[in-house]
Amino acid sequence: MVKTIFAFINAAIIQAIPLLYGATGEIITEKSGNLNLGIPGIMYMGGISGIIGGYLYEHSVANPSAILCVLIPLCASLLGSTFLALIYSFLTITLRVNQNVTGLALTTFGIGIGNFFGGSLLKFFGETGSISLIETGKAFKKSLPFAHKLGIIGDTFLSFGFLAYLAIIIAVVASIFLNKTRAGLNLRAVGENPATADAAGINVTKYKYLSTLIGGAIAGLGGLYFVMDYTGGAWTNNGFGDRGWLAVAIVIFAIWRPAMAILSSFLFGGLYILSIYIPGLSGSTKELINMLPYVVTILVLVIISMRKKRENQPPAHLGLSYFREER
Amino acid sequence: MTNNEKHIKEPFMHITKRTDIKPYIAWLIRLIAIVAALIVSALVIVSITDYNPFEVYLKMIEGNFGSERKFFIMLQNTAMLLCVSLAVTPAFKMKFWNLGAEGQVLVGGLASAACMFYAKDSLPSWLLILIMLFASVLSGIIWGVLPAVFKAVWRTNESLFTLMMNYVAIQLVSFFIMVWVPNGSSVMGVINQKSENGWLPPVFGQKYGLNILIVAILTVVMYIYLHYSKQGYEISVVGESENTARYVGINVKKVIIRTMVISGAICGLTGFLLVSGTNHTVSKELAGGMGFTAIMVSWLAKFEPIMMIFTSMFIVFLQKGAGEIAMTLGLNESVSDILTGILIFFIIGSEFFINYKINFRSAQKEAE
Repeated sequence: MVKTIFAFINAAIIQAIPLLYGATGEIITEKSGNLNLGIPGIMYMGGISGIIGGYLYEHSVANPSAILCVLIPLCASLLGSTFLALIYSFLTITLRVNQNVTGLALTTFGIGIGNFFGGSLLKFFGETGSISLIETGKAFKKSLPFAHKLGIIGDTFLSFGFLAYLAIIIAVVASIFLNKTRAGLNLRAVGENPATADAAGINVTKYKYLSTLIGGAIAGLGGLYFVMDYTGGAWTNNGFGDRGWLAVAIVIFAIWRPAMAILSSFLFGGLYILSIYIPGLSGSTKELINMLPYVVTILVLVIISMRKKRENQPPAHLGLSYFREER
Repeated sequence: MTNNEKHIKEPFMHITKRTDIKPYIAWLIRLIAIVAALIVSALVIVSITDYNPFEVYLKMIEGNFGSERKFFIMLQNTAMLLCVSLAVTPAFKMKFWNLGAEGQVLVGGLASAACMFYAKDSLPSWLLILIMLFASVLSGIIWGVLPAVFKAVWRTNESLFTLMMNYVAIQLVSFFIMVWVPNGSSVMGVINQKSENGWLPPVFGQKYGLNILIVAILTVVMYIYLHYSKQGYEISVVGESENTARYVGINVKKVIIRTMVISGAICGLTGFLLVSGTNHTVSKELAGGMGFTAIMVSWLAKFEPIMMIFTSMFIVFLQKGAGEIAMTLGLNESVSDILTGILIFFIIGSEFFINYKINFRSAQKEAE
């Protein structure tokens, strides 16, 4: 019984990490007033870019070194997801196009790229089978050397690759940045009321661009974690599933706070796999339990809008383009 | 005085809104965007496949018009996409971001499938079809009106609410399939395969004839509703400015809820058509992302129902065409999503040049 509970906690944390990356990235983006619904696509892109980078490296050298096995996919992933975030930023910030349409198109595009290259990459190189980067996966999965000596506690909480810890560090840093620094205050001002921020001398365009790009890059790491650490360097089409939308849901559940997002991600990660760990469930009940994360999110959304507490609201200008000449 | 003027630093360019653009120039800009998108897509195709892009585009045409069967499948897909697009349009005109069409279609289809599954052969087909239609439309309405009520009364963010409702619907479908299919497989077979009870009858000798006909009628009705009815006018006013609407005495809450009833009802109808007319079964992929694609279709057509016929056909053309390419080249068919994405980026990007004017510093001096 105890063993099952610890195994569940361990699995919940593993599920939580991609969600946390996505949620942190989306929070930073939304704080600037950009509702980036392209996050699910960006996370696919982050994953497949890492896979492509890793594949090209692992197949071009005889003895891949562990450090490069990590660095190359990491850089490729950051580049890929930032590129998609750049498309979104350019269209919504510079060209002031509708954010919802752009975001949804970006999700279609990103998932398309992921599945296309995931399904065709080997064919381009004249190979068959499915992508599997053993060395790269191993390098990403490398956990702390003493983790397994600490018994069940070590196995449950310390047995992850570095990307898992990085996710938590990024969320904490984002929380400090948003709440304790001048730049974070400016960013929140841009999301609440860009016209006022503009009048106060804040460069609205710069803040919107930077937060959307950085947010996209962070979200992409979630996809990278999934393909490298979770699946160990393998790609299955649509394998990432609807986790991207779940990350968007966590943003609401965490009421736009990165520190809260850490806890919410663990909760959602747990809910995501809860049905597997409850013994004796019928198939249909499992499906109902899998509905929980979304129902809970709707409830939170409804409750925060009913209570109308000012500090719990979405950024006031969320989803709207800013046009300086328009009054 | 002249000295002073020198010190004012004029920005290199500034942007102003333009309201007086001639329609033909607007369409010219869009056409340029489409051509640019096709060129970029061709570059992408060439860089990943080293096939001649013209050959690829020819293949796409073949995939859509190659045979009578392919042509009717294309028409049927267009009709379904168009139907969802018609559903989301009144809500969008009102600036209500209904991202939940996917879920509304799903529950509609689920309701139809449930009627077929439980009624089996106990009812005459025409009666069963009527009951299915009613159940589907009702479920679509429930799924759509729930976020609308919260939006109208408590201003709950509707795009996030409707988005989450999609996944509740998906899980609901999974749940019922698990209940209905005894062996625990997650695939529901064709319902009433032998008796064809609850199946829409073929029209003009075509299996999908009725689907296409119904959507065609609906398109005209929606056009009239949006352009020539009082309710359609109210939707536009609320979309332009809620304050103006309130000022002229429009009950904004009522308009929001009423419009989402319509939107949800048409989504439910789509679900009914998909189950009764097309698939005769239900699955999680019944809507297949149409709820999201429809948003782009509606947006590309500038919320014009007649234009949506072309935009939805265009998107389906891309999807079917890319499927054909993928099949012949043995590539993954997700290439259609990439092409759709590129195309939409270009077209929505071109809206900027229609809505805004860029004034350069030098050009302005000349004007003075």
